[in-house]
Amino acid sequence: MSEPHIETPAWEDDAARHPMDEPVVTDGWDETAPADTSGGTPHRPAPDGQGLLEVDDLSLRFGGVLALDRVSFSLHEGEIFGLIGPNGAGKTTCFNAMTGVYRATGGEIRFRGKPLTGLKKHEITQLGIARTFQNIRLFPEMTALENVMVGADSRHHTSVLGALFRLPRHWREEREGREKSMELLRFAGIEHRAGDVARNLSYGEQRRLEIARALATAPSLLCLDEPAAGFNPAEKDSLLKLIRSIRERGVTILLIEHDMRLVMGVCDRIVVLEFGRKISEGVPSAVRDDPKVIAAYLGVPADAA
Amino acid sequence: MTTVEQRPRPRQVNRRPNGRGVRGWFGRQPRPVRAAVVLVALAVAYALPYVGSVPGIGPQIETQGIDWPSALFNMSYYVLLALGLNVVVGFAGLLDLGYVGFFAVGAYTVALLTSPDSDLKTHWPWLLSIPVAIAVAMLSGLILGWPTLRLRGDYLAIVTLGFAEIIRIFADSNTHLRGDRGFGGLPHPPGKYSDGTPIFGVRDATPYFWLGLSVIVVVILGIRNLDRSRVGRSWLAIREDEEAAAIMGVRTVKYKLWAFAIGACVGGLGGVMFAGQNGFMNSATFVLQFSILILAGVVMGGSGNIAGAILGGALISYIPDRLRGQQIGNLDAYEYRFLLFGLAIILIMIFRPQGLIPSRRRAMELKDRAKEVAPQ
Repeated sequence: MSEPHIETPAWEDDAARHPMDEPVVTDGWDETAPADTSGGTPHRPAPDGQGLLEVDDLSLRFGGVLALDRVSFSLHEGEIFGLIGPNGAGKTTCFNAMTGVYRATGGEIRFRGKPLTGLKKHEITQLGIARTFQNIRLFPEMTALENVMVGADSRHHTSVLGALFRLPRHWREEREGREKSMELLRFAGIEHRAGDVARNLSYGEQRRLEIARALATAPSLLCLDEPAAGFNPAEKDSLLKLIRSIRERGVTILLIEHDMRLVMGVCDRIVVLEFGRKISEGVPSAVRDDPKVIAAYLGVPADAA
Repeated sequence: MTTVEQRPRPRQVNRRPNGRGVRGWFGRQPRPVRAAVVLVALAVAYALPYVGSVPGIGPQIETQGIDWPSALFNMSYYVLLALGLNVVVGFAGLLDLGYVGFFAVGAYTVALLTSPDSDLKTHWPWLLSIPVAIAVAMLSGLILGWPTLRLRGDYLAIVTLGFAEIIRIFADSNTHLRGDRGFGGLPHPPGKYSDGTPIFGVRDATPYFWLGLSVIVVVILGIRNLDRSRVGRSWLAIREDEEAAAIMGVRTVKYKLWAFAIGACVGGLGGVMFAGQNGFMNSATFVLQFSILILAGVVMGGSGNIAGAILGGALISYIPDRLRGQQIGNLDAYEYRFLLFGLAIILIMIFRPQGLIPSRRRAMELKDRAKEVAPQ
């Protein structure tokens, strides 16, 4: 199917940035510098922001399987934080514990100092944590715009009576939600698909729609679960730019990703999990050279033991 | 080029009047034209009792074995029930096989409050019993909804089936609910003509149909308002992926309970209408078949779509009534109504799997798929 027109995604074109957008956070980090994806030095040092999310001794057990074994790390405000590890290391489990899908068996997750234990999923969303899914989970029969508006609705207060009698608040929130959602679709570069049902979007568009939907909940922490899975190098590059421009909007990002080039290129700090344990933590260059990480990914030669 | 000019008018993007056929045409019309079309359709609906006087097709439309206004009234409460069930099944995606339970709760509440046979001896007028009946029906919706919050699909269907059976068996065996002896002498809606004869009598069902139609219009407006709002989006999101919806901040418990409560409210309203017209009701009215029939109507018409629910609800009532008193050869067609009916449903499901009037979104999806298949 041929695309009628592909607009330049807003995040690739600063001129398209709308005045309604949240202010650009420029803290000395030169965005126009060519993307260094060689994985050398991090683009900027870890900011000394306050701890946004603290994962403290988190354990999660499924029957006899210990999926997470006393994992601890903490995220600073405004950073891009990578969570990597081989398949089955517990990365997604960690996400699920954060967003209330699973209940931790031990330990605690605190968001801005507030424990997430026992909170319902929508309450966690309201605190400001949003996520995307490894296997895309959009609302397939709803239009792209409606998908994003569901996210925006999480900040609204109209309920059955307000909608039934069309109270002023309903109109105001509908209008605001629609404008905000269109802005996010433009930000994600899929504005032209606003009226199409999500099912009919291409794979890459669906991934972007998930990000737009998550951003619509106005999060301060966005958790991306393998956003580049199935992407070709060009798509990955444009995703990289998208992730950076999300950070510019003041959103902290927690990223699960397999693609090392992407992770090393975009993350400020990285935690490596293996078999539910944290085996390494630090800036990308340090993590990349960590023998334990190399062993986890490449295996240990027999004679090294 | 300034950025402000790049912004599209969001309303236009969402409406997308791109469909072919009647609805595509309707969507492209300016607001006054659409309003006029709706008004004409309403006028036609209100004039339906006199369809027999239209030469040619008029007599073909009318039912023979049952007087036409009564058939129309039957259609009106079937449509009401289909509209209510569509909220639960079509919008929120909660498969409810026990919808007749709410119909029963509404009707029984009216009977208990108004009938001279009732042990309550309250003798309320019909009108006064309506708010109570609706409240009790909504409460029963919450009572059914609360324990079933964790259930979905077939499991939910079985529990709701059980719910309807509990209501029926309770009505059958509880002495206060009088089993199949039932309640007689239920009062009719109020109102008199200038000559003193009651508007809502026993002879002519036309006023009941008009009343039913008016209730339907109000219910449609309400459901439509809910559908095109945060509430409707939340229901759809729950239907599509409940866990993802919750993670996107949808209060799933709240909106599922609201779906049950609103469905129950409309179902109870159907019971109120039924009791007000019939004057008599007993436990035999609320058989399981009834729930299945309404569900068949919703699915046949086009689940998740108000127009579909209206059409489906009307058809499940009209087809059997139309077959009444018909002879095919020397067979009585009414005897075979369920067979013919089943056949009709199978044919519709084969040729229009999304229902007679597919929901807007599904229609769009099918259209887009056709576009992909077509050679460039």
